[in-house]
Amino acid sequence: MTPLLGLFWCDLRLSLRQGGDIGLVLGFFVLAVLMFPFGVGPEPELLGRIAAGIIWVAALLASVMSLDRLFATDYADGGLDLIALSSSPLELVVLAKGAAHWVTTGLPLTLISPVLAIFVDLDPSAIPVLTFGLLIGTPALSLLGAIAGALTLGARRPGILVSLLVLPLYLPVLIFGTGAVEASLAAEGARAHLLLLGAVTLAALPLAPLAAAAALRQALD
Amino acid sequence: MPGSFAENAELVAEGLACRRGERLVFAGLECRLPAGGALILRGSNGIGKSSLLRLFATLLAPAAGRLLWGGVPVLRDAARYRALIHYVGHLDATKPALSPREMLGFWAALRGGAAPEIEPALAAFALGAVADRPCRWLSAGQRRRLALARLVAAPAPIWLLDEPNAALDGDGAARLQTLIAQHRAAGGRVAIATHQPIALGDAAVIVLEDFAASADAALAAWQ
Repeated sequence: MTPLLGLFWCDLRLSLRQGGDIGLVLGFFVLAVLMFPFGVGPEPELLGRIAAGIIWVAALLASVMSLDRLFATDYADGGLDLIALSSSPLELVVLAKGAAHWVTTGLPLTLISPVLAIFVDLDPSAIPVLTFGLLIGTPALSLLGAIAGALTLGARRPGILVSLLVLPLYLPVLIFGTGAVEASLAAEGARAHLLLLGAVTLAALPLAPLAAAAALRQALD
Repeated sequence: MPGSFAENAELVAEGLACRRGERLVFAGLECRLPAGGALILRGSNGIGKSSLLRLFATLLAPAAGRLLWGGVPVLRDAARYRALIHYVGHLDATKPALSPREMLGFWAALRGGAAPEIEPALAAFALGAVADRPCRWLSAGQRRRLALARLVAAPAPIWLLDEPNAALDGDGAARLQTLIAQHRAAGGRVAIATHQPIALGDAAVIVLEDFAASADAALAAWQ
């Protein structure tokens, strides 16, 4: 097995086994979304208008919550030393771990989003755009999150610091993701928003591993 | 072949200096580790033994001096040099949810290369009985054995061991000692930081001293 495949499988196995990491993230996502009908009242018009925002913000928060397991456990148990000594460059390591993170957070969130969209009265015609937007936007969340996860290694309260660092970075994803749904509701065509959303992910694909790997080197020293 | 990354080359430290934050931990450190050689690092807590091993492992960059393998600075081709070393730090890198068998497979996969020898590795430290239990049920000594079993699972000519005897019982320590003897007989080299007595025959011993104190003393004498 190659080092990168090994890392990917190890992270996948850990999050499947460790008391259901995936279940926790999904549970948080569902509960956060379901809070809104109680908070803003059940009028379908109002809910339907903010539905995309609700789902995207809940997805961002669910993604942030699980960022600590990207590198923090490896840093604490000495595994990061062994990863740094592996035959793969750290940039590719970040990519492999980011992929595992996406498969265990972004992908399940995307798959469950159509059901939640019904709960918050999103117009059914906009659901495909929402789901497709999440599919191409959530990889950017894992990649950008890897930067914050690597930067906060060794910090005393990494959880809060990670949120402070990463949420501003998530803004473009949020804007284009919700923008696509708004445009589709207004029958303007969501293509432009989805293209920009895809561009964010494509830009993060090479840049985030570079930044995160630099932060990891800093943490190892 | 001079100046190559051959497996039987010599590891040489030339004037190594280590700085942690503002503090100069040691400087001007010279040592050599030929094929079949052993190096024991001694010195009180916080004197820089672990830092020296991390320098050898290229996990830290030296503040001055350099590390040569077969006459070539190791950082010139760090990836190839790293494939030659096993670093067992004082943390065990075990995941509570994975079993020893899975951990050994994962660590070996990280190194790349040939298929790992997992069964011999488990047998070398008598971990057969717990091989498929989650690591969270292992004792500290068993986790240490598991970390050391990496040495057997994937061969590498340079072993860097940081306090390998910590938490090991008499049997574990004896197994480690046998393993090191076999490794050296086959031309391997080992550098160990330890406080415990360890019989390694003709091992060279480096006693790290408080560099800051001796530097201050030298400065005072000069003034």
